[in-house]
Amino acid sequence: MPEHRTSPLMYAVIFGALLLLTLLTVLASYFQLGVWTVPVALGIAAAKATLVALFFMHLLHSSRLSWLVVAAGLFWLGIMLALTFSDYLSRSWQPY
Amino acid sequence: LSANSGVLAHHFDDLEQQHEAATLGMWVFLATEILFFGAVLTCYFVYRYGYLGGVNYDRAFSAAGHNLNRLVGGLNTAVLLGSSFTMAMAVWAAQTGRRRELRLFLVLTLVLGAVFLAIKGGEWYEHGVEHLVPGAGFDHEEFAKQNVNGRQAELFFVFYFILTGLHALHMTIGVGVLVFLLAMAWRGRYGPTYYTPVEVAGLYWHFVDIVWIFLFPILYLINH
Repeated sequence: MPEHRTSPLMYAVIFGALLLLTLLTVLASYFQLGVWTVPVALGIAAAKATLVALFFMHLLHSSRLSWLVVAAGLFWLGIMLALTFSDYLSRSWQPY
Repeated sequence: LSANSGVLAHHFDDLEQQHEAATLGMWVFLATEILFFGAVLTCYFVYRYGYLGGVNYDRAFSAAGHNLNRLVGGLNTAVLLGSSFTMAMAVWAAQTGRRRELRLFLVLTLVLGAVFLAIKGGEWYEHGVEHLVPGAGFDHEEFAKQNVNGRQAELFFVFYFILTGLHALHMTIGVGVLVFLLAMAWRGRYGPTYYTPVEVAGLYWHFVDIVWIFLFPILYLINH
């Protein structure tokens, strides 16, 4: 089949980057980051997930149809999160 | 029967079209999996940050999650990332017709997947010893001493066991798929012209890796 092939060197580089990001996120958890704790942890996780999807899962060289399916999955996840939390995070008028 | 019998199904024009259809099918399944795990995580964050009649469980969840060992979790993350690397290499070996390397990388992926499950199982066992498993044996008192609601801490562990349990179930299915691939690879079924099953199983394996990439910080790291 004619499609693009990723080289072993590239896979090794991505693997190294993933291990570094893992080390970084574990180290970050030892610091008091306050309100930034969750954004930092999830930001690093999103970066790692992007690397896995683009290179290990070959999304970078996949058809536009594959991109559309991924985008649809994330979009629907966004709908679930946005509609749920626009409710649950905006109830501060309720008495404690 | 078509000339390409055994590899090309009759309803496809050629192998390339068949390969495209199979990968797309796996991506569609994975899109539904995003929502499958996403729904449980949404629920977790609702309890954690949502206003539930004037309270949320943020403090209790943090106190409960504090019992997880982030170094063990980090080690397991590295093991799983390693298995994704060897899986990617298995696809490469199949693409380039390296049959011996294909078998080697499939075995390595299998072993690393099994190591992950073994470490995870060891953690679960420890939670049992420490009375952190939801149910009659859960140690509410320990949390009461820290001025934390034990019932809320227990709920954290409900989420923890559902999320890590579902993830481990996916891993176990993946291990089964790898055993199948290995048996087929041993018979020399995969090569540069036909390696679709290896590629599609790889997509699944990497996705399960991505799920863990999110579970690790959400369950282990943000609670310290």
